[in-house]
Amino acid sequence: MTMIFGVPLAVFTGQLLLGLINGAFYALLSLGLAVIFGLLKIVNFAHGAMYMLGAFATLLGMRYLGINYWAALLLAPLAVGLAGMLIERLLLRRIGHLDHLYGLLLTFGLALIFEGTLVNFFGVSGARYPTPESLAGGYQLGFMFLPKYRAWVLLAAIGVCLFTWYMIERTRLGAYLRAGTENPALMQAFGVNVPLLVTLTYGFGVALAAFAGVLAAPLYPVSPTMGSNLLIVVFAVVVIGGMGSILGAIVTGLAMGLIEGLTKVYYPEAANTVIFLVMILVLLIRPTGLFGKEA
Amino acid sequence: MTFIKKTLVSSIAIAATAAMATAAQAEISDGTVRIGYLADMSGTYRDLAGPGGLEALEMAIEDFGGSVDGAPIEVFSADDRNSADVGANTVREWIDQRDVDLVAGMVASSVTIAVTKVLEENDGFGIVSGSAASSITNEHCTPNHVHWVYDTYPLANGTARAVVEQGGDTWFMLTADYAFGHALEGDVEKVVTENGGTIVDKVRHPFPTDDFSSYILQAQGSGAKIIGLANAGSDTVNAINTASQFGVVEAGQQLAGLLVFLNDVHAMGLDTTQGLLLTTGWYWNMDDESREWAERYYERVGSMPTMVQAGIYSSTMHYLEAVQATGSDDTQTVREYMMKQPIHDFFARNGRIREDGRMVHDMYLARVKSPEDSTHEWDLYEILTTIPAEEAYRPLSESQCDLVQN
Amino acid sequence: MATTQTMTPSMKRERRANLRRNAFYLALIVIGLVAPFVAYPVFLMKVLCFALFACAFNLLLGYAGLLSFGHAAFLATGGYVTGYLLSSYPALTPELGILSGTAAAVALGAVFGALSIRRQGIYFAMVTLALAQLMFFFYIQAPFTGGEDGLHGVPRGELFGIISLRNSLVMYYFVFAIFLFGFALIQRTVHSPFGQVLKAIRENEPRAVSLGYNVDAYKLVAFILSAGLAGLAGSTKTLVFQLASLTDAHWHMSGEVILMTLLGGVGTLFGPVVGAGLVVSLQHLLAQSPLGNWVGPILGAIFVLCVLSFRSGIVGEAIKMYRKNFK
Repeated sequence: MTMIFGVPLAVFTGQLLLGLINGAFYALLSLGLAVIFGLLKIVNFAHGAMYMLGAFATLLGMRYLGINYWAALLLAPLAVGLAGMLIERLLLRRIGHLDHLYGLLLTFGLALIFEGTLVNFFGVSGARYPTPESLAGGYQLGFMFLPKYRAWVLLAAIGVCLFTWYMIERTRLGAYLRAGTENPALMQAFGVNVPLLVTLTYGFGVALAAFAGVLAAPLYPVSPTMGSNLLIVVFAVVVIGGMGSILGAIVTGLAMGLIEGLTKVYYPEAANTVIFLVMILVLLIRPTGLFGKEA
Repeated sequence: MTFIKKTLVSSIAIAATAAMATAAQAEISDGTVRIGYLADMSGTYRDLAGPGGLEALEMAIEDFGGSVDGAPIEVFSADDRNSADVGANTVREWIDQRDVDLVAGMVASSVTIAVTKVLEENDGFGIVSGSAASSITNEHCTPNHVHWVYDTYPLANGTARAVVEQGGDTWFMLTADYAFGHALEGDVEKVVTENGGTIVDKVRHPFPTDDFSSYILQAQGSGAKIIGLANAGSDTVNAINTASQFGVVEAGQQLAGLLVFLNDVHAMGLDTTQGLLLTTGWYWNMDDESREWAERYYERVGSMPTMVQAGIYSSTMHYLEAVQATGSDDTQTVREYMMKQPIHDFFARNGRIREDGRMVHDMYLARVKSPEDSTHEWDLYEILTTIPAEEAYRPLSESQCDLVQN
Repeated sequence: MATTQTMTPSMKRERRANLRRNAFYLALIVIGLVAPFVAYPVFLMKVLCFALFACAFNLLLGYAGLLSFGHAAFLATGGYVTGYLLSSYPALTPELGILSGTAAAVALGAVFGALSIRRQGIYFAMVTLALAQLMFFFYIQAPFTGGEDGLHGVPRGELFGIISLRNSLVMYYFVFAIFLFGFALIQRTVHSPFGQVLKAIRENEPRAVSLGYNVDAYKLVAFILSAGLAGLAGSTKTLVFQLASLTDAHWHMSGEVILMTLLGGVGTLFGPVVGAGLVVSLQHLLAQSPLGNWVGPILGAIFVLCVLSFRSGIVGEAIKMYRKNFK
């Protein structure tokens, strides 16, 4: 058997691939955070809850409305996105003029409400969502067994990330968004409906989280707490990458997934902490983050 | 306010005692039997005990008649949120402020160990039904609690031994990286090597973990016949689900879940869990007596009881019978009586409480049915063999408990 | 006599205000001394520990404008170090145990502070949260914490080797003394020149920089002080309940202390005390009521309400009302 630093090649490459898949989730979530942060300047602490709601919408949609996975892939982010727009309109807007820390606290409170309420109805054991028929089974790659569904997750997540990047960096709507980030007052003067743009942006950001939730539903148990611990890791990813760039969020997310995968091969005890250690290192060397701009 | 009420109540109690001029230990304190139910009501372990366990406790009290010789039975309940400090503080207050005579339930081992320390200090009494750690009646034993349903020793002894005997002699251990997992891992290693098997490799995963894919990959790379899961609750569920996604069973490896509850199997479904070997202290469909009780429970709760929920009913009954027989709710009087009485009900067969507080009873090796063999939603296990009470648990000769004279 | 005659009206006003303040403090101390005779001492001790924790947190948020989302790490560090030392070295007296726990929290505060004050505002919150999560995972695996099981049966021991703390009433007065010490320290700090500079930084950091203050050094000292006092609260809590567990290290705890401070009143001396009292009582009452399962959503709803329309908190609103009606 080929060995890499004392680890069989099969395990090594397999772990890298799995790390990349985890990284795709980090990328999707930190991308959503970055999009929201860009315009609203708040850190959406409810992002984990939105991811969780996306998974729950998928699960409950199948259970009670007979909505299949592929439809859920579109409908769940739409539903959660609409809920997010409502939250922005009714709650976040009212504190828009305040210190942005209040936004963090408000969304933290919302996350507690969503999680706690669902725990009361569904417990925390987690429900299982079946892998869609067409993606069951896997490929024997020789060096590892790759379940089809995971390959799909990787492709779908990276695809959506790149699509988002393209939309923001290369389209007119994206140009508005970037301009709104730089100078909202000027945009308003030019006749752009900035409040609407803000609402749509928040909706889109949480829809990205919900999309990640749909992808996660067949992979992990669907439980009310599935988002909260993941979110803290994503926060660390965001600190490492800096919120400045869309591409930065994507690249950092994928890279952190890879690093976590490698840690699992060589020192699994540190798998939970390695991203935080990287964060400390980045803070020491480059406090604004790898892709961050000077504040 | 509670303070004033309490003084008032206890002074009345003192007056009553003096008036009747009876021996203090043959009295039910304050003329009320108070039972506190402490469990995880909202977290990871909610479904294996939780609100269902409270319902089982209340069933026991109703079946007993609601009072002991005219003394009413009062129930308190609290959510320990799997936190040792919440649990210990609640129990401290129950004893200080409400004169709670029995603490029942108790799930997470960490909470239980903390609570038993409080019970010992304040001369309270507890019956542990939900916890797994065998240390609860080993190095952490106290004269103030007994341990009912099961512990890690028979889990290893039952499942791991059976698996090795069926030819599963090379193991890869997947262990939750904390005390409970370490203990279970240790017990399994002992059983496997004693029976001629070997542990090929092991990996410890953080607690809790959602994503087991990389560990499963390592287990596949190890070439071991058996992947032993020394974890519990959502970790076990996640590991089994992930293994199914990676086609572990199809590739010829077998999983050994060492602590799997009925609700876990129900949640995961038979497609994923079929063929899984497990050790259980009770199964609702194992005979007429069990079925009869389980169906009554089902009507109240809407799901079939786990072994923990059944054990709560069984232990509460035994406790109330002891209070009635001795006419006292004094901890040592009741405990002594409970130890003398053999336990034989719908839950426990050949049961007795040893001096270390361990209630030993017959345990069962079960296999999860295939979807084809299962006739309805809760028809999940097939009982393979009975592990006799005296063989199932850690022998007293190996005990580190101070209450055992070795 | 001569001095009284030369007093200006403003000095008189100030003197009256001082008298009123002293009378207020005195009344509170008397209430604190009598409290264990009317309420359950263990519950009161819990309130005092969390009140000190919230006061420590408020020092950072209310006076330096830094929102730490990782204060659980200091509470837990104080608790674990004290618990471990007192359990393993029976000869150690409780006050030394508490001192060691506090010292450990100070050390951790120095490291975390140095790392986190490199970023501001929301980034600061996220960095502290991530660092605390790192400590959480560390404490799960570190051998001396007992991992998931935690530390139990920590002996309360004899204060100064003489006074047994086993009795709840004796323990209460010890905890009360610690709380008073912590509170007085915070009060002195806030009203000192150091505290004034902190407030200046909070209001306008660039201006403070241009005035020549070493802003980072001020923030770091405030961070360390806050961490140390949080550690003191954790150490004391461990002694009261005779256990240390992961609950104190979990990020929920960091969230709870924010809620306590926000509810009571950010940037007021008494706000955190009132907030801690309310939150602890609420959890206590809910846990034993039919609403027991709803603790999380209820706390979340209070959070949302506080942020939307009650940002000054209870004490803050009370001060506003007092100023409006009596001045």
